[in-house]
Amino acid sequence: MIRKLLSCVGEYKKSSVLTPVFVTLEAVMEVIIPLLMAFLIDEGINKSDMGAILKIGGLLVASTLVSLLFGALSGHYAAVASAGFAKNLRQRMYYKIQNFSFRNIDKFSTASLVTRLTTDVTNVQNAYQMVIRIAVRCPVLLFFSLIMSFSVNPQLSLVFLCIIPVLAFVLLFIIKIVHPIFERVFRTYDKLNNVVQENLHGIRVVKSFVREDYEREKFGKVSASIYKDFTKAEKILAFNSPVMQTAVYVAILAISWLGAKMIIGSTMTTGQLMSLISYVMQILMSLMMLSMVFVMITISRASVERIVEVLDEESDIVSKENAVKEVKDGSISFDNVNFSYARKADKNVLDGINLNIKSGETVGIIGGTGSSKSSFVQLIPRLYDVSEGSLKVGGVDVRDYDIEALRENVAMVLQKNVLFSGTIKENLRWGNKEASDEELVRVCRLAQADDFIETFPDKYDTYIEQGGTNVSGGQKQRLCIARALLKKPKILILDDSTSAVDTRTDALIRKAFREEIPDTTKLIIAQRISSVQDADKIIVLDDGKINGVGTHEELLKTNDIYKEVYYSQTKEAVSNG
Amino acid sequence: MAEKLKKSTLPMKKPPMRGPRDASKTIKRLLSYIFKGHKLRMAFVLICILLSAVAGVASSVFLQILIDDFITPMIGQINPDFTGLAVAVLTMAGIYLIGVISTFMYNRLMVVISQGVLKDIRDEMFSHMQNLPIRYFDTHSHGDIMSYYTNDTDTLRQMISQSIPQVFSSLVTIVAVFAAMVATNIWLTIIVLVTIAVIMFVGNKITAKSGKYFIKQQQSIAATNGYIEEMINGQKVVKVFCHEEEAKEGFDRLNEELCVNATEANRYANILMPVMGNMGHLQYALIAIIGGALGISGFGGITLGAIASFLQLSRNFTMPISQVSQQINSIVMALAGAERIFTLMDEEAETDEGYVTLVNAKRNLNGEIVETPEHTGLWAWKHPHNDGTVTYTELKGDVRLTEVDFGYNENKIVLHDVSVFAEPGQKVAFVGATGAGKTTITNLINRFYDIADGKIRYDGININKIKKADLRRSLGVVLQDVNLFTGTVMENIRYGKLDATDDEVYAAAKRANADGFIRMLPDGYNTMLEGDGSGLSQGQRQLISIARAAVADPPVMILDEATSSIDTRTEAIVQKGMDRLMAGRTVFVIAHRLSTVRNSDVIMVLEQGRIIERGNHDKLIAEHGKYYQLYTGAFELE
Repeated sequence: MIRKLLSCVGEYKKSSVLTPVFVTLEAVMEVIIPLLMAFLIDEGINKSDMGAILKIGGLLVASTLVSLLFGALSGHYAAVASAGFAKNLRQRMYYKIQNFSFRNIDKFSTASLVTRLTTDVTNVQNAYQMVIRIAVRCPVLLFFSLIMSFSVNPQLSLVFLCIIPVLAFVLLFIIKIVHPIFERVFRTYDKLNNVVQENLHGIRVVKSFVREDYEREKFGKVSASIYKDFTKAEKILAFNSPVMQTAVYVAILAISWLGAKMIIGSTMTTGQLMSLISYVMQILMSLMMLSMVFVMITISRASVERIVEVLDEESDIVSKENAVKEVKDGSISFDNVNFSYARKADKNVLDGINLNIKSGETVGIIGGTGSSKSSFVQLIPRLYDVSEGSLKVGGVDVRDYDIEALRENVAMVLQKNVLFSGTIKENLRWGNKEASDEELVRVCRLAQADDFIETFPDKYDTYIEQGGTNVSGGQKQRLCIARALLKKPKILILDDSTSAVDTRTDALIRKAFREEIPDTTKLIIAQRISSVQDADKIIVLDDGKINGVGTHEELLKTNDIYKEVYYSQTKEAVSNG
Repeated sequence: MAEKLKKSTLPMKKPPMRGPRDASKTIKRLLSYIFKGHKLRMAFVLICILLSAVAGVASSVFLQILIDDFITPMIGQINPDFTGLAVAVLTMAGIYLIGVISTFMYNRLMVVISQGVLKDIRDEMFSHMQNLPIRYFDTHSHGDIMSYYTNDTDTLRQMISQSIPQVFSSLVTIVAVFAAMVATNIWLTIIVLVTIAVIMFVGNKITAKSGKYFIKQQQSIAATNGYIEEMINGQKVVKVFCHEEEAKEGFDRLNEELCVNATEANRYANILMPVMGNMGHLQYALIAIIGGALGISGFGGITLGAIASFLQLSRNFTMPISQVSQQINSIVMALAGAERIFTLMDEEAETDEGYVTLVNAKRNLNGEIVETPEHTGLWAWKHPHNDGTVTYTELKGDVRLTEVDFGYNENKIVLHDVSVFAEPGQKVAFVGATGAGKTTITNLINRFYDIADGKIRYDGININKIKKADLRRSLGVVLQDVNLFTGTVMENIRYGKLDATDDEVYAAAKRANADGFIRMLPDGYNTMLEGDGSGLSQGQRQLISIARAAVADPPVMILDEATSSIDTRTEAIVQKGMDRLMAGRTVFVIAHRLSTVRNSDVIMVLEQGRIIERGNHDKLIAEHGKYYQLYTGAFELE
């Protein structure tokens, strides 16, 4: 898991290595400096030797400057390495998501992918910086400080050997108790965010049903459980500082008492006593820091897991080797196709589909809510793979095509469609980057979008807000159709894409299709019979099965469902444009 | 639909990324939270911090006493008496013990205080948010509001639990050490003060630089997050268009920029520690040299012990100062967050001056309406008057809008002179293009917004006099944008009536024609819905939301594009169920599918905020006006 993450360090390897190097050098300097300070007292001040004071003082100043340099360099490289690591990590995940199939996307919710790419990466970034700086610095400091204190006075340094294991044990024990509580706290935090988010989205529902108090209670419960767990965890963590202080104070007292005796017995100097005491501080401080790093790392573990989950997710739809790059024509054939979203579902979403569609045909698809109309068409550009059977486009199984080639030729206007922030032109060019302005106008005319675009002050340069909130539903749908047309596809699929367009414009769009792109196979899912009644072939789907296939007139005679839908829409109707 | 319009006409108020505007005011308010519920605790904490800091300072003074008073005199003695030394060490041990206990106490107490304050702030924020008018949610992005609960409370937690005690203890230490330094030697103290000034100056410079980049980093993060959100939301479209490479390019640009800003911000923050620390060392060397020179020349009565302990003191003096300077960034960020939270808390709540309430009622023997505690199915408006009398009016569902004007902001009126009379039992439909004002009218009836001019009467009572909660309780609403909550299907339907029995829920689901598919779900009514019912189709979600409104059994129903994602066959069945349910009750329907509104008693055709045609289907068709054109498809709806 960790190795997978570390492979994202990439070009920041140099910085990631230099950081601990400079941290080590800085730590060494930090050990030398107290030594010089002790020297200054013993050789200079105590002996009233101004020359020695100046000499050692000068040396001290020089070491300080060197230490400052190392410190600054390590800080610099740490920043570069951790920010770079985060950048690569984000990029790796984002690229991975770009390769996700629809099934992969369905598995993760949008919100969770966004948190993984943002908050979780930031957590890991901070932990990484901690590791390459403090987690290196502390052991180094600990090691050298111990060596130095032993070289100053081995007997007195034995005090450390008694205190450190006890302290380390207590600190580890605290972490062990606290960790599971913290994990629980973070899960509860997710819940809290969820309550707030749903409340924000559904504020009109909340207010309409006068459920403000109910929501307060719901929030209050989660909030209280965070309070309870967090308090519990932090109360245990509150032992950290006093335990640490006790260790420091015991060490100072022991060293002072024993040291005083040694000084009096002339086996030690006051300066040595002073520097020993500053080593006490340093050693115990670094232990303390180390325990903090430990806590940080365990906290960020959850984030690491969530990131690796994305990195480990393998797209289940990939192009074959030597894949077919050319789509011959727009014919489609379903041969005993079964499909379900889950790999082992009790019931197939599509069951035993057999169907042949000739290139250039217009095919209407009608069916009730949940009759699997969308699933049916999503198989064609291989957004999902069939579970059983085979689906051929242009005479070749879709799984044998290069995916990009297939999707370039099978254009699909999704039911839940999205425009992106940017101008109309930019949005349209999603269909074809190199399209000329004339071409844009041409497809917009086809999709009956040119008229309303021309009424905008900025025409084709009108800026579309995120999610296309500044155009109406009908306008958005026609822009999406135009965008798909720009691909010059061999197959065009409209998944309920004209539901917000009035019947007249709808008819104009279909007329334009008939006249301007006669060779393109057109599949149209619609709720309105009028949208499909002039199709060459209409498929009635019911509960994942084909209930009937035929022309409008044929189905009116033979198909009960079709009849019922037709009459439910035309009952009392004066006319149908 | 109207929601979209508002978003484009009202500018979003984006809180700019910056430091706090009025820090002292925010600090005061924050402190009031801390002291409000925890006065005694906080006082105790301050005492403990004081004791713990004093114990820390005492430890450096102790060394001087030890050396000057005990060790030095005994050097060279043949038979030294260790009693004095032992007493000193033991005294010190006692002081340390007090210090340790104090540290423990204030750490524990601080946990209770900081978590308590956070819980108070969180609960109060959410509670207040429930009282805010819809207008607030129109003009503030959900992402921003969410971050009050996540990022801002988190920085606040760090500040309360870490920064405040640290700063206070540092201040105590600084004062105590300063006193000790002055007592030891005034001249050396002056040198320390001068060098500290230099250190602080440099520290401030670095902090300011890193602060600047931290703000830039925040902006970069916001931009990257925005891009990621938009792209991931449209990920399926990206796939369909094979637009992955372009999506990567856009991301790479933002990601690179974020990396640069994050590097800068962290660089300065990282450098701060070594700079402050080493400048402390420099100061140490300086004092040793100057002090040594002065001591040797016998100036100002400086003893060796004094220099030694002074050196120790000077380190203890710089340490808390550098600690405080390290806290400054996080304090500034936390205060900015606190300020945003307080801004939300200060948002004006929805006002409710209504005093007419909705009560269960029954008819007494004289046929008069009287109040009753039990549910009778008969509802009445309880209307108290100035003279102390109370009148009861039966809830019938007679809604009249008279010459209503309304605008989301004052300069832009979106509804002009709208009059609608809905008699009990009538089905009133609104049709018209996006932005014509259909949803707006229904939002005025349930008082999501208040009208600018005109009058709305409900059973003859001015709706301004009706308590909002009771008004809304009498109106069932089904919206086009369905919102389901995390929980079981059962819980979601029960949202309409919290005390509904299981049978009532089943009955409502049946009426909405939702029972069939719900029973097909893996756990039937106990199936968990997550992420706004993401496992269900759009149509299924609408059916659940209709069931939710049906279980509430309201006298008046507003259906805002409630069946737009349901196929016409199912819609016909749902409608039959709803018609049965709503027999004798008032229904407002908004739909772009004209088959949905055809059987309405009155159809209002709206255009640019005005009602341009009204009448039933046959009448409007006969008039050959706009409705006729819409119906025959000559004009585009939506």
